[in-house]
Parts: sequence; C-alpha cells; structure tokens
Amino acid sequence: MSVDEFLNKSPTWMRENGPESDIVISTRVRLARNLAKYPFHMLLTDRDADSIIEELRKVLASTEMKREGNFELFRSRELSDVERQVFVEKHLISPTLAEEERRSAFILRADEIVSIMVNEEDHLRIQIILPGLQVHEAWQTASRLDDVLESKLEYAFDEKYGYLTSCPTNVGSGIRASVMMHLPGLVLTNQINRILTAISQVGLVVRGLYGEGSDATGNIFQISNQITLGQSEDEILANLKGVVKQILDHERAARNQLVRDNREVLEDRIWRSYGILAYAQKIESKEAMQRLSDVRLGIDLGTIKGVPANILKELMVLTRPAFLQKITGKELAPGERDWRRAAIIRERLRSESNLL
Amino acid sequence: MKCQECGQKPATVHFTKIVQGDKSEIHLCESCAREKGEWMNKSAAGFSINSLLSGLLNFESPANTVAAPPRCTTCGLTYTQFSQVGRFGCADCYNHFRPRLEPLLRKVHGSTSHVGKVPQRTGGRIKTRRELDELRSKLQGAVQQEKFEEAAVLRDKIRELEQQLG
Repeated sequence: MSVDEFLNKSPTWMRENGPESDIVISTRVRLARNLAKYPFHMLLTDRDADSIIEELRKVLASTEMKREGNFELFRSRELSDVERQVFVEKHLISPTLAEEERRSAFILRADEIVSIMVNEEDHLRIQIILPGLQVHEAWQTASRLDDVLESKLEYAFDEKYGYLTSCPTNVGSGIRASVMMHLPGLVLTNQINRILTAISQVGLVVRGLYGEGSDATGNIFQISNQITLGQSEDEILANLKGVVKQILDHERAARNQLVRDNREVLEDRIWRSYGILAYAQKIESKEAMQRLSDVRLGIDLGTIKGVPANILKELMVLTRPAFLQKITGKELAPGERDWRRAAIIRERLRSESNLL
Repeated sequence: MKCQECGQKPATVHFTKIVQGDKSEIHLCESCAREKGEWMNKSAAGFSINSLLSGLLNFESPANTVAAPPRCTTCGLTYTQFSQVGRFGCADCYNHFRPRLEPLLRKVHGSTSHVGKVPQRTGGRIKTRRELDELRSKLQGAVQQEKFEEAAVLRDKIRELEQQLG
C-alpha cells in the first residue's frame, strides 16, 4: 500500500465499534523495546538509525512476519510535514516520532491496528489500537508481534530490570496501555474532578485526546498505566480494566441522573449543538469538539436518531488541522481552517443523517 | 486583526500581560508567537517529565556524593549527565549506574525488579545461565562432601549447558 492509500482511509478504531463503544472510544497498548547492540536514542548516530531501519526491513520480509499481515515501512523524511501530522492525528505515530524526521521510520499494517515506530524515544515502539474496550486483545496482538520481532532481533533485556528503555519511567515491562473514554455525563454533573483524583491515587494517569500535555477537549479522557516495573503485564492490564469498568458505571449513572432530573435542559443543549454543527459557517476546533460531544451524547441517549454514533470519533480526527489541509489539498491559515472545518462537519452530517 | 510583529498574518495568539497593575495586550500570529516564544514555551515545557525526573535524581545526590559520580564505560555518559536529561545513553548504563538507580526506580515505580514477560530467545539464555549458576554451586558442594559420582554427573550437565550458551 502506498502512503496515499494510508492517508486517505480511516483506521479500524475510527470506523468500527467494539465492546462498550458507547463510552469507550479506543484501547491502545504500546510496548517499548530496544536493540542490544545500538546506543539508545539520545546517542544514536544517523548511521545507527539507518542500520536499525535496515534490520527492520529484513524482519518485515521474513515469512514469520508476513504471517502476521501486510506491513509497509515508511521513512519519516520521505513524507511531508502535513502527511506525518495526519498519521499523528490518526494516533498511529507519536508527535515525537513526527518531529524526529531524519532518523525515524514507521511500519503500518494495512488495517492500521498495528503500527511500529522505529527510532522514537526507544528503538522500537509496538503499538496496537482497537475500537472499544479490548485491553487483553490489544496486549495479545502486541505480545505476539513482539515475539516475532524478538526471534529476529537482539533485545536489550536485563534479568533484574526487564526490558531496558531510554527513559527510566518505561523500564520493566515497557508497556503503556491507554483507554480513551467519552465522559460527558461525569463532566456535566461535576463529578469528573473527584474521579480523576481517585484515578491518580491508584497508579493511573489521565490525559487529553492527544496525549501528554493536551487538554481534555470534547470530554474525551485517556486513562493509562504509569508503573511499568514490579507489576506483570496482566496485573497492569487488569488494574486498568477494573478502573475503566468503574468509570463506565459512574458515567452511565451520571447520564441516567441527567435524563431523570434535567431532561429538557439536556435535550435543549443537545439540539442546539446539533443545530450549530449542521448550519455554522465557521467553527473553532474547541467548540467543534464540545458540540460533537453533545451530539454524540444525544445519539447515545436516543434523543437524536438517524445519525451514526461514529460521527464523534470520525469528525474529531477529520477536523484536525493536518487532516483539514490534506482534504483541502493545500495549506490553510488558522482562520481559514475554521471555515473549512465547519464545511466538512456540515457535509458529513448531511450525508450521514436522515434529519436534515 | 493583524499580527503586531509582522503586520501581515492574522493574529491568532493573544496575550494579556499585567506588570504592577499595568495591563498590556499583545496580539501575534502563530509563527511570530513561536519566535517570541519565551512566555509560551516556559509554561508548556517547564514541567515536563524530564525536569520532574532530574528533580528526583538530584534529590538523591547529597547522601551519595562521597564517591565520584559513575560513568558508563560503554557509551561514556556520566551519571551527572543522566540526571540532567533523565535519559540513558545505552543499555549498559543500567549496569554502570546500578547502585544509584535503585532509589530512583523505587520512587518512580515503587519497585526495583521486573516480574512480567521474559523474551523467549534472550530470556532462554538467561534461564540457562541461572541454571548453570545453580549447578556450579551444587558441584562445589558435592566436591566438598567428596560425592564424586554425583559431581561427575553435575560436571557433564554443566558442560552441556555451557555448550548451549556457546
């Protein structure tokens, strides 16, 4: 598959549904691995970087790897800034990898469930993204690919410390599992802060849509494990899943409470947001996310019928700056983006819904 | 509104600065804001994981300053450099910094030993090495107790495993 083919389609997590899809948008598992014979990222020369990428090319050509699916390797420097940014917005590569254009590469499987980042902060970062809550499924796929890679490559592994990583916060299992959740009920009922504080006390972290340092726009929160040493992968995943299940229960209870006590106000808010998205000529990213969150809540509660539920996760990616520029086919100034964003949302709602 | 700096692009970044009660407003475009970035970047990057980590690392030093700070002989990174950037230079750094690492890992993870997945190939060798250590100490015991038949069996097993490791 060519870069363009990848750029023009949406990954599985955006298109399909999974367990608890009304609240859980996606599950991501990422494994950090390093190769024993190369220095870590900070001291990696361009030649080292090239030779790691060549080793990966060889692994991709092996029969064992071909059994795992159709993979394609891209050197970051062969892509334009906007193209790289599109993959960031699809959550297939990290912002760090996109910035490291000279030394890095990434491998995508045709379904865009699997991506392997090469020469990010660690030599390898194996990432799996699945729709809905599928923590163990994601881990199993990641672990199987990890086994294939390890059968061909010499990993940096220490008996005591486990998988050695560039940053001491990832050492041990090297696993980071995150669950992306849409929590408008908890935000509207002002319970979110209390719950987020509780989460941080059980060794988990909460972040916004685009990872470290990003805002929780559109009531979307990413919950992930922080500890990687001294707990087995199964314990880490069971802990995360347990907490996510509890948040799910609280979110559902909050939604019921809103419908019971404030139905009219809530429905007014939902329809207003729908109206704005359907007719606005110009909309900023933050407002778009908030309105899309309201509409998605309306779909979940049955207030809005005839609009597919996937609209939130699709539009929250399609209306990001790089995607907008990719769709438009030219660079857009920030002001122009707001007009274009509104147009895309209008078109999408019109083509998908039976309401207008 | 146009950017105050270049006067060309539209201003999309707006600052309000209050210095001793004097309020001034600044309107910039994205690229000029990035150039003048002092205010923006400091708040965004100031509290990164790096600075947090190096905070933890430096916190460690007073108790241990007697010996010269260790250096990784493989990649040349010193512990002081590591404590500034919060990143290791290579896999061997873990060995060279081992004594200083334990308190740090305990702070970050609440633990200092891995208990999860072990890679099949590399891990297989680790298992063999562990087995070898065990057999060698058994052999020593057998020799001391003059159980020579048992010792011969152990010696053969050890040779076999050593050959496996290459």
